Amino acid sequence: MKKIVKYILTDILRSKILIIYGFVLLTTSLSLFGLEDNTNKGLLSLLNIILIIVPLFSLLFSTIYIYNSTEFIELLVSQPLQRKSIWLSFFVGLIISLSLAFIVGIGIPVLIFQFNSIGFLLLLVGVLLSVIFIAIALWAAVQIRDKAKGIGLAILLWMYFSLLFDGFVLFLLFQFAEYPLEKPMLLVSAFNPIDLGRILILLKLDISAMMGYTGAIFKDFFGTNIGLLLAFIILSIWVFIPMYFSTRKFSRKDL
Amino acid sequence: MIIANNVTKQYGKLKALDNVSVKCNRGECVVLIGPNGSGKTTLIKCILGMAIPDSGFITFNNKNINKDWMYREAIGYMPQIGKYPENMTIGQVLGMMKDIRGGELTLDEDLISGFNLNALMNKRMGTLSGGTTQKVSAALAFLFNPAVLILDEPTAGLDPIASEIFKEKIKIEKENGKLILVTSHILSDLDDLVSEVIYMQDGKLCFHQSIELLRDQTGEEKLARAVASIMIKNTSSYNIIQ
Repeated sequence: MKKIVKYILTDILRSKILIIYGFVLLTTSLSLFGLEDNTNKGLLSLLNIILIIVPLFSLLFSTIYIYNSTEFIELLVSQPLQRKSIWLSFFVGLIISLSLAFIVGIGIPVLIFQFNSIGFLLLLVGVLLSVIFIAIALWAAVQIRDKAKGIGLAILLWMYFSLLFDGFVLFLLFQFAEYPLEKPMLLVSAFNPIDLGRILILLKLDISAMMGYTGAIFKDFFGTNIGLLLAFIILSIWVFIPMYFSTRKFSRKDL
Repeated sequence: MIIANNVTKQYGKLKALDNVSVKCNRGECVVLIGPNGSGKTTLIKCILGMAIPDSGFITFNNKNINKDWMYREAIGYMPQIGKYPENMTIGQVLGMMKDIRGGELTLDEDLISGFNLNALMNKRMGTLSGGTTQKVSAALAFLFNPAVLILDEPTAGLDPIASEIFKEKIKIEKENGKLILVTSHILSDLDDLVSEVIYMQDGKLCFHQSIELLRDQTGEEKLARAVASIMIKNTSSYNIIQ
């Protein structure tokens, strides 16, 4: 498996898109920290950008990479290699390369301007989001044979997680405004890794007061160590479930 | 060595393989023939584990290949249309395969030198012509000295000289006691190689006989004519102009 990962990594790192991605993240974060005199504000702006760009790029890059590697996958499958280890190698190769780009692009400026627990949390959430959306992309790519449809599904999934889901939550809140929804909201937030990541960091930034009573409930829950741990467990489940299903599907797929 | 037992494979509504049972042994050179779309490639893909049969099973050296993958170490596969990562060079692809197979293997580089691939090592796979890609596929199939060689339409894209070199190589390997499984339409290529003939049609196995028996039955000396006479007898898909 190590050998396959090595070849996948050299293949990915050869493409310039990843370097551009890292560079865009680097310039954005440097300019954001440079614009704000308060680094907390800079971090907040950066957070909003990370939560949009990182999932989108991870999804698209991974789906397109898998579709473009069809030949490579076919070549590997006819060799004495286990399908599961081929698929996991692709997963690991994508994780290493995309996390590397993220850590170079966001990590360096954050460590310069915000060398504290919030900075580290932001990096951790960013890397976890990359991993989650790589896993989701692999699932989409293994389910659908057609490249255009697969990429379309990836974009739809991204729209769901970053736009539609929030709309759905707002709709729920307005429809059931008479009911105490603060606690169910905790549960609902588990269904979207992007929201969960946002909540975790906003709470650390001590601006939860801006989120009203729901914010207070969130603070009560995610502010504790157990809540934090639970949030990370939920994020890990978001990695594990798509990966489990895509590996299972790939082991039985006809190539 | 390879035994397929009632293998059925369906793609949507199309039955690519319908209850196929085959047995192939060491030292044989088996040719798989049949019209286009008769399931030859699907059968090969099932043996390689690239397609998974809907029902039935395949054993390799008396071990079920389902959930196994190490058996592929003993197979050299040359696909009909070789597909390789486009921005790797020939040298990198060969190096990668050696690296992945690992271990102390006795490499058989006859075909690499025979096809003069050493001069092309730095060419990217994407820029190669169909025939050169075929040569790379052939060299890869023979490289690890496998006990079984599965060749899907091997001579289709090769020039006459390469094709001759290739046939010589097959002959040598057959005499070394390897099982060789070939699909081909160009039957005249295979006259002096083949020991068994499998004829498939519409996903069904029509017959599996030794070449001598086939020659006796049809009274034809040449493989191509013997098969043609059987195809005409069996075929409904061709309305031959009479």
